Amino acid sequence: MKRRTFIQNSLATSAFVTLGGLSLQSFGASKKKITILHTNDVHSHIDPYPATDRRNANQGGVSRRATLISKFRNENPHTLLLDAGDIFQGTPYFNYYGGELEFKLMSMLDYDLATIGNHDFDNGIDGLFKQLPHAKFEFVSANYDFKNTVMDTHVKPYKTFVKNGIKIGVFGLGIKLEGLVDKRMYKETKYHDPIETAQDMSRILREDEHCDLVICLSHIGYFYKKNPSKVSDLILARKTKGIDLIIGGHTHTFLKKPTIEKNSVGENVLVNQVGAYGLYLGKIDFYFDSAKNVSANGSSIIV
Amino acid sequence: MKKYHLLLFFILLQIACKKEPLALSQIKGKRIAVSNKIKSNKVIDSFIKPFKEKIDKSMGKILSYASKNMHKKDGELESTVGNLMADIVHQQAQPIFHKRTGKSIDFTLLNYGGIRSGISKGPVTTRTAFELMPFENSIVVVELTAKKVNQLITYLAKGKKAHPISHLTIELDKDYNLKKARINGKKINKNRTYFVATNDYLQHGGDRMNFFSNPVSLHVLDYKIRNALLDSFQKIDTLPAILDNRFIRSKN
Repeated sequence: MKRRTFIQNSLATSAFVTLGGLSLQSFGASKKKITILHTNDVHSHIDPYPATDRRNANQGGVSRRATLISKFRNENPHTLLLDAGDIFQGTPYFNYYGGELEFKLMSMLDYDLATIGNHDFDNGIDGLFKQLPHAKFEFVSANYDFKNTVMDTHVKPYKTFVKNGIKIGVFGLGIKLEGLVDKRMYKETKYHDPIETAQDMSRILREDEHCDLVICLSHIGYFYKKNPSKVSDLILARKTKGIDLIIGGHTHTFLKKPTIEKNSVGENVLVNQVGAYGLYLGKIDFYFDSAKNVSANGSSIIV
Repeated sequence: MKKYHLLLFFILLQIACKKEPLALSQIKGKRIAVSNKIKSNKVIDSFIKPFKEKIDKSMGKILSYASKNMHKKDGELESTVGNLMADIVHQQAQPIFHKRTGKSIDFTLLNYGGIRSGISKGPVTTRTAFELMPFENSIVVVELTAKKVNQLITYLAKGKKAHPISHLTIELDKDYNLKKARINGKKINKNRTYFVATNDYLQHGGDRMNFFSNPVSLHVLDYKIRNALLDSFQKIDTLPAILDNRFIRSKN
């Protein structure tokens, strides 16, 4: 059994922590680093907030996000850029251009993949389909069945990437649409249980696709305090296995740092969400080492 | 002999090149604020510019004024911004509905999730209305039986959310049980129907407001909520920012 320990650093800036007396600072040639950058619920917030805003004055903006992303890509070219849905709706940019600018900018920022949020149906499923030519990135959703809609074949359950020799599998999960989105908007889109779907996906990605890293791109929400049994990212993390990271959205939860949960077999799962409106960029770095070194030294999570 | 040398060479080469299995050794996670300390990207800025200019031209018009910051969490079961929206929808829909049907709207119900931003102190512009109500939803008037109205009130009591209401007052005890509900100051009369203004999203089962399904009658006003806000903002000099206990829970 793989030995996994973790350290939750209480400092805002993560200091370097050594485990078992062995320094992890020196990475040899066999050590590899994968960076995951992520956003969620950007809701058409293309410009920074104006100086007059009562809460987020002068914060956010796609242009600054572009600067950050290129900086991190320069630091580590083995980077994936992901979005957890609700790209659309929230500023007049969406009312005027229907999502065209959002998709074009995300393509310019070189997003690798996104999942579909409930507000991405706001101009109907046809409105989403109409904007697809502007997106150079792909969409994943494993629990929405688009078979009887225009989106059929345009959304895959998962996608795999190979970065620096590491195989990464990313699957998508969407929220229950009934009661949340007008049926006239989502039409014949079918929703399936996120937990069962996630369990199938992690098995396929681990066993059939032989992924080293499995990421769930979710728009089911972080946690529902007033309705704690409602399926959410925290419940998903606890009830499944084989998922390393859940990148969430929908609840606009501003996590100061990723949450570490135990999955159904007691392994650590990271759950992260960066609020909304492009005010933050999430960054998760995965370091790989020879299995021999890892079993000798253990592994750590620093958040 | 030479052959064996070659074979040995290949075996050694294979061992040397054999991929050592890798495992996850460390994960580091953090968030980075997209703050004003970060430089903007010129290529992106110039790409956005024409899109932005077109919007700014129509969004900047000053329509009214907010004397204080208003947001949807500034009360427990009501909010200044929610009260404003529900009151505006009620006032703006009333004359249209009356002209068409000769009847009056009894009360208005919107949803908490439909309030998409706050209103910052200062000038209120077209943009304010777009941020508050970015959705294209329209006002509908639903005729409900008294029984459905009671279901609506139970929904609000159980929901524990500051869903915006107008011309309806609800009082709950500290455990969220209904103490009193009044429509225009009067008890609910089980022998009559009520006209309720809401939006088409909620009438179609949004937020599980199922009491709006299969109403006695349905009147589509073809009037977007956002346009009602814009029309109203133009008429009001300063937006009222009120909490008037229309939806309250007792503390004891």
